[in-house]
Amino acid sequence: MSSIELSRSPGCLIEARDVVKSFGQTPALRGASVSVAAGEIIAIMGPSGSGKSTLLHCLAGIFKPDSGQVWFDGRRLDELSETKRTELRRTAFGFVFQFGQLVPELSTADNIALPLLLSRVRRKTAYQTATSWLDRLGLEGLGARRTGELSGGQAQRVALARALAPRPKVLFADEPTGSLDSLASEMVMDMLVGIAREEGTTVVLVTHDARVAAYADREAMVRDGKVTAPAAGNRAEAEVAR
Amino acid sequence: MSVPLTLLGLLEREPSHGYDLKHEYDTYFGRGKPLPFGQVYATLSRLTRDGKAIAGEAEPGAGPDRKRYIITELGAAEVDSWLSEPVQPEPHLQTVLFAKVVLSLMLGRSAEHYLDMQRSAHMQRMRELTEIKRTGTSVDALLADHGLFHLEADLRWIDLTAARLNALAEMVGKES
Repeated sequence: MSSIELSRSPGCLIEARDVVKSFGQTPALRGASVSVAAGEIIAIMGPSGSGKSTLLHCLAGIFKPDSGQVWFDGRRLDELSETKRTELRRTAFGFVFQFGQLVPELSTADNIALPLLLSRVRRKTAYQTATSWLDRLGLEGLGARRTGELSGGQAQRVALARALAPRPKVLFADEPTGSLDSLASEMVMDMLVGIAREEGTTVVLVTHDARVAAYADREAMVRDGKVTAPAAGNRAEAEVAR
Repeated sequence: MSVPLTLLGLLEREPSHGYDLKHEYDTYFGRGKPLPFGQVYATLSRLTRDGKAIAGEAEPGAGPDRKRYIITELGAAEVDSWLSEPVQPEPHLQTVLFAKVVLSLMLGRSAEHYLDMQRSAHMQRMRELTEIKRTGTSVDALLADHGLFHLEADLRWIDLTAARLNALAEMVGKES
């Protein structure tokens, strides 16, 4: 199938269709389907081991499904080569994980500038952008700090800045507040959602925490490797929720 | 919400007219359910009768009642006592959620479907409260958080119940 064939669900930016994925003999996804509209914030919820993180990894092109289809912006993501998927992840996607996965040897500003430098943005521009993101996320003056000197909440905000600085079309966040206390978690989510709405960034958020999921426009439940109610994308509902 | 004790508490902060008390109550505690003027004046009248507040002389000006109300020592002691006591924890041992799940199992209907619907309804309300929290004042956020934590507790119960449905169905089936 051609990689420029249009997705079967018009209006959606990312879509998984009957995705199956196993690790050895262990099935993780057993025909999961979900679609996400452009600019929508969706929370993928489910019990431990339900397959929600695997679904995120398939939607983001990190895992290649055993069968089924993954569409992004009218293209079959699952048919792209590893090189092209890596390129897409670098240019169109941003990632935030439970533990920020910042580079500890680098400063806060270095961490935020890193993806921009990898995309060949001029050094001066990359660091100016990093500084503006630090300001935007309430981290003024912390650019020179090593990431190990930051609190958990500050480190997660740096991870958010690093993910958003290249202005991705989609932000994938896997338990982004999983290691934070309630207040820090609230601040990170407030900023994540606020910025995503300002920038029109689509967000795929994996969480087991209902209070975090409540920041999204809607939720999709994953149970035993399948997306259950309420699975169907409904942009109108999302608009009403805003 | 105890309206008399809340009004009394507002009076402890400063003596006030009925109109101002109603305005303050509506701002902090009304949350879309403003207190009718009639209820404000009837409550103030009872508090005065019971010696918990005293009404000053009527002052000139527009409006039905221009009396300034002042809390008494008795009233202040009552507010102090109320604020010092914990609210009785409600055990919620007989909730509608519980009844619907058990009855669904007894009648052979899909309790899982019911729990899914309930989860969606809870999540929708949590989204609304989260939006209030994000866009409102810190007092709005305080109240929204109270609601969010209660809804979250329900959701934990819903998820745990969903995970136990097979065992529950077996037990209900044996006993019915």
